[in-house]
Amino acid sequence: MARFGRPARTRVTTMAAMNSSSPLRWLLRAGVAVLAPGAGAAAAATDVPDPMQQRVAACASCHGARGEGLPGDAKVPRLAGKPAAYLQQQLASFQSGRRHHAAMEYVVRQLSPDYLRQIAEYFAAQQVPYRRQAAPAVAAAAMQRGEQLVRHGDPSRGVPSCASCHGDTLTGVEPMMPGLAGLSYAYIDAQLDAWRTHQRVADGPGCMVVVANRMTGDDVAAVAAWLASQPPPADMHPVPAGAQREPLPGWCVPGNGGVNP
Amino acid sequence: MKRWWRRGILIFVLLGMALLGWWLFAPGCVQQMPPAQLEAEAAKLRAPALIARGEYLAAVGDCAACHTERGGQRYAGGRVLATPFGDVPAPNITPDPETGIGRWSFEDFWRALHEGKGRRGEPLYPVFSYTSFTKVTRDDALAIFAWLKSLPPVHQPDRAPRLAFPYSVRSSLLAWRALYFKPGVYRPDPARSPEWNRGAYLVQGLGHCNECHTTRNAWGGMEQDRHLAGGTIPVQDWYAPDLGTQPGGGLAGWSSQDIVDLLKTGQSARGVAFGPMADVVRNSTQHMSDVDLQAVAVYLQALPARAPAPAPATYTQAASHAQGGELYARQCAACHGKQGEGAPGVYPPLDGNSSVTAPTATNAVRSVLLGGFAPATVGNPRPYSMPPFAQQLSDDEVAAVVNYIRQSWSNRASAVWPAEVGRLRHTPVD
Ligand code: HEC
Ligand code: HEC
Ligand code: HEC
Ligand code: HEC
Ligand code: HEC
Repeated sequence: MARFGRPARTRVTTMAAMNSSSPLRWLLRAGVAVLAPGAGAAAAATDVPDPMQQRVAACASCHGARGEGLPGDAKVPRLAGKPAAYLQQQLASFQSGRRHHAAMEYVVRQLSPDYLRQIAEYFAAQQVPYRRQAAPAVAAAAMQRGEQLVRHGDPSRGVPSCASCHGDTLTGVEPMMPGLAGLSYAYIDAQLDAWRTHQRVADGPGCMVVVANRMTGDDVAAVAAWLASQPPPADMHPVPAGAQREPLPGWCVPGNGGVNP
Repeated sequence: MKRWWRRGILIFVLLGMALLGWWLFAPGCVQQMPPAQLEAEAAKLRAPALIARGEYLAAVGDCAACHTERGGQRYAGGRVLATPFGDVPAPNITPDPETGIGRWSFEDFWRALHEGKGRRGEPLYPVFSYTSFTKVTRDDALAIFAWLKSLPPVHQPDRAPRLAFPYSVRSSLLAWRALYFKPGVYRPDPARSPEWNRGAYLVQGLGHCNECHTTRNAWGGMEQDRHLAGGTIPVQDWYAPDLGTQPGGGLAGWSSQDIVDLLKTGQSARGVAFGPMADVVRNSTQHMSDVDLQAVAVYLQALPARAPAPAPATYTQAASHAQGGELYARQCAACHGKQGEGAPGVYPPLDGNSSVTAPTATNAVRSVLLGGFAPATVGNPRPYSMPPFAQQLSDDEVAAVVNYIRQSWSNRASAVWPAEVGRLRHTPVD
């Protein structure tokens, strides 16, 4: 069963930063006395301009005030600007045990599907500049291999190119396909590993389980290093569903039962 | 040496019991009902009004919470319940003929709920709350059965329990049952109001509040005189408080409205439901009718005043009080207020909060480590949240800030040691 690790001292300042974020201050200064006491926070919503940022303070402490990610922890992904339906699905996966992270699982466990959707939409709508992620220095040959896999895949191993699914710009495809640009080395590496060990299971066809298991350990490191070292493109929005050139392979189409080829 | 002896005798006695049990239950045959009678019963069970009432009662009994695996199909079983004696998976109670209760008659079901016995007469493990459900009336049990029978059948075989010897032998339960289980439907107390009686029936029976809110002894039994007086839930290690609202009670000062608010919305002017109680509110009590919630409140309000806690003669503020105060000002005051006053309907007060001043600091420590949201309910669909501090604060810091809130304003509770924080940090959530 998942447990909590040792405390890392890197985030002591983030709470203070978050506490001074304006909606929170505003609410407290405005005098919460106006809020009806007693039954439920529902009453609060009537007088306050619905500060979603304040409601999701728990998420902000790990994912950044507006879901931009924190410089100190490369394993915590950015949420801002990712496709809403994708974020919502992942939140549901932390609830149902398809994805694992003890602290996150606890935080979302008693939220309704409707509230998860609103939270997902909130983070999807955030526009925050991307930060260039630090990437480990790897040999030129590995970089080349990484780029090869991302752009063209490896037909000899049955690995389609990452771009064929994640979009030519690698910024994802509406409504469900997440982007790869702007992710950190540590996060990409951890996710590919999680699919290989079945710690992360998709709610739908297991596209990434297939992809990740057809790659070697060196391939995983190579794509992660290449992706993380690319400067994020100026427009990070996921491309519209119609803009994707290549159709998904049959084993990755929802409704096909997700049978492994 | 002495302990070894006691163990030896114990094992001997339990073995004897096991043999006796084997002899009693070995035939283990299912009592078959004639098909015509079964069909007549099935017809009766299809009445929509009965099914609807059963759905409500099953929510009050929170049957789905245990009988549903995480991410699994409702009522199809598979969730493993951990006890100090081993793991017991909850069985499939959808009407699947092979793997569920499709072939069960109402008599079989009644025996499970009322007597804690399986279809073959085998004694069931009391992690299934039949010690409370035995108080449920036959009428209510019939409605619940009708509801379960109306569900879509799910084919999912049950897993075997994993318990250490001698607990792995079901008949070892005979001794336990003789000591801690008295079957019997709730008998109304004519001296009390109908409302109080309804509350007592719900709290002691279907709502099975005692299963968490009462201290269990080393054998997992509940002592009658400790009912609802609070206790630590074994293995899970959450503290379920004393539910007394009179002086000395764990919820001293809570009004009926506070109790109704908490059970209906997940939060009240006095505090918020978290941990296992958040599950209870989201799955069960939020669906209860206002009349029933009011009855529960009336019953809890009438629990006797408790003996005052021994005066904290040795009460001293923890040495870390100043450090705790600084941490509080920096990390907590923005939400919970400089004086721990909270923000009504948004952030719970910490001054006078029973979760903060409880006899053990377990819940306060875990709240700080885990953070989280109040449960999302119909009455509070978009709750506010608290950041988890597990990664931001060291054991010393968590102890300091928890001691600060336990010993500031009107709060006067005992201190917690950093080592205890370290232990709780590594306690799985459930
Ligand atoms: C204790 C820190 C922590 C908290 C609090 C937290 N998260 Fe996370 N979150 C993580 C980590 C770490 C991961 C990556 C887990 C993994 O490796 O799969 C993650 C992953 C996610 C993902 C998946 C992102 C993706 O691109 O696949 C989403 C969505 C998410 N979190 C949303 C939230 C929301 C919404 C909240 C608040 C309700 C929240 N998180 C609270 C640490 C946290
Ligand atoms: C066949 C289509 C397909 C291909 C090819 C593919 N992916 Fe994916 N990828 C997906 C899908 C679908 C998801 C969403 C997964 C889920 O829901 O669990 C995903 C998710 C991801 C994520 C998680 C993003 C996040 O925010 O958590 C990473 C990282 C990733 N893919 C990396 C890659 C890499 C690297 C490659 C190329 C080697 C690749 N993918 C190729 C379909 C694909
Ligand atoms: C605290 C968890 C919990 C709750 C709440 C709970 N059950 Fe169970 N139930 C169990 C466990 C565990 C078992 C298996 C016991 C055993 O194997 O000895 C069980 C066994 C049963 C059985 C016997 C099934 C069989 O195949 O032998 C029935 C029937 C049943 N429960 C019905 C209910 C109903 C109806 C409710 C709600 C009123 C309910 N349960 C609430 C945990 C729970
Ligand atoms: C962003 C706002 C916020 C901050 C900062 C915050 N809390 Fe909370 N706190 C909450 C909310 C919302 C709840 C109710 C939800 C829950 O129990 O998780 C809560 C619940 C609690 C509880 C349980 C009380 C009850 O009635 O259930 C305790 C104890 C607590 N907080 C202590 C602290 C301490 C100590 C700190 C500082 C280290 C702190 N909180 C920081 C918002 C906050
Ligand atoms: C699965 C175990 C469990 C069951 C069953 C359960 N409780 Fe609780 N309850 C807890 C725990 C743990 C807490 C402490 C956490 C908290 O304060 O929310 C608690 C707290 C409470 C509180 C105080 C909340 C606060 O903010 O201090 C009330 C009131 C309460 N329970 C009432 C009930 C009633 C009434 C029932 C029966 C209908 C019930 N509980 C059944 C575990 C349980």
